[in-house]
Amino acid sequence: MTEHATERGWFADLDPGSVDGARAAIDDGSAAEPADWPQRAIESGFADSEADYYELLQEATVAATRATVVDREQADDKQLLHAVRAMDDADRTANELAERLAEWAGTLFDDVGTGVDAARQLAEREPASPLEARVISLAGRVDDLATEADELRTFIERQAPEVAPNLCEMAGAVLAARLIALAGGLEGLAKKPSGTVQVLGAEDALFAHLAGRGSSPKHGIIYTHEYVSGTRPEDRGSASRALAGKLSIAARIDHYSGKRRPEIHAELDDRMSTIRARAKDDDASAEGDQ
Amino acid sequence: MSGLPDGIERREFDGHERLSTRGEPVYGEPTDGEWRCWDAGRSKLGAMLETGMDVDLSGGESVLYLGAASGTTVSHVADFAGPTYAIEFAPRPVRDLIGVAEDRSNLFPLLKDARKPETYAHIVEADLDLLVQDVATRGQAAVAVNNAQFLADEGQLCLAVKARSEDVTADPETVFEEVREEVAAAYEIVDSRRLEPFHDDHLGIVARKR
Repeated sequence: MTEHATERGWFADLDPGSVDGARAAIDDGSAAEPADWPQRAIESGFADSEADYYELLQEATVAATRATVVDREQADDKQLLHAVRAMDDADRTANELAERLAEWAGTLFDDVGTGVDAARQLAEREPASPLEARVISLAGRVDDLATEADELRTFIERQAPEVAPNLCEMAGAVLAARLIALAGGLEGLAKKPSGTVQVLGAEDALFAHLAGRGSSPKHGIIYTHEYVSGTRPEDRGSASRALAGKLSIAARIDHYSGKRRPEIHAELDDRMSTIRARAKDDDASAEGDQ
Repeated sequence: MSGLPDGIERREFDGHERLSTRGEPVYGEPTDGEWRCWDAGRSKLGAMLETGMDVDLSGGESVLYLGAASGTTVSHVADFAGPTYAIEFAPRPVRDLIGVAEDRSNLFPLLKDARKPETYAHIVEADLDLLVQDVATRGQAAVAVNNAQFLADEGQLCLAVKARSEDVTADPETVFEEVREEVAAAYEIVDSRRLEPFHDDHLGIVARKR
């Protein structure tokens, strides 16, 4: 296609018959318009025939795409996403199994409690029969799962500040990791408007609201932050809006610059004390009315 | 039902006539010798063929597939088609797509954004026969229009529109009408119909590039 003669194909800078260096060309290259690349590759001597071209193209695209996928998936924020989801799964499973265990163990022993701690104590016992051995073995699994969840939490607390220092300082490591996981990655979180960050984790309520059922959710997962849960209910909307705004900024700084910025933390603290002062004002005026 | 192309056959699986192509199994689908079942419930293009839409295929087409995901549908396309360029934006499914491509010498996997054709126009060739699109993003019609540049004149578009990707709250028919109008800027629509019962709130569109 001579009218596109100015455009260069992915193979333009490669040695004939070789796909060395093709990854950069495939990942970073561009063209305003497509062209008859197989024909052009043959004309330029890169490939001997159409079949030869397609063979080279397949080798190059599979290798380049695989390498890029590995890079993207092994990025630290994606690892954090898996860690926090695994922690939640391990936690939930440990609790579910502990409930099952309490039901069962209660029929064999008369002094067992409920929950993960009771399972841990049960796991220490010596079984007196093959039946008890099964129950106590199950208790050991609950213990292992709960320990795994704790170790994942420790890992997240160490790892998250390296990935997102500002976000972690503001939200704590676990909430920061959860936000990153809900957004699919730090870049995704950085690109979201703060109104979206505010309701991350409240998708059911949000879509119910959009479909005309119910009011709009005030907060999603950020509810676990003390600035929201510790604020009186009538001010939680303002508190979560303020927090989400600063969290978005923190995520953007972490993604685009990576440096710690103390001022945004001070700004949030300021704003929160203003919001919380409303409660004190109301109390004061209520007293004044009496 | 238009005739099936070389490389796609109706064969009996579990007592039902179902579509199938020849190739390495990909996702645990039932097989009959070298033929593997093409599950219309997992593939919008499969559903377009199964519902008897006016898709004109003869086998050996050159294809650009947008929204290849894990490669479920694109594996069947590569079984009957010629050179097949598979575009997918999310890294996780591309991990599986690469496995599918390794068994198929005519399938080229690319981790690219279908909304930005300039980022793959230096790889995907011009004058293709068929554009298949199944991207769950807002602006599906715009994606189809912007990628028309890869098609030859009269090249065919098989587009699966997901109503909920455009607007979760709007009536699907309203969304579909808007998409049809927008697609008509670059294509002549040959056939369009809903993909129920295989896929809820999806519209299949078959069109020719103007």
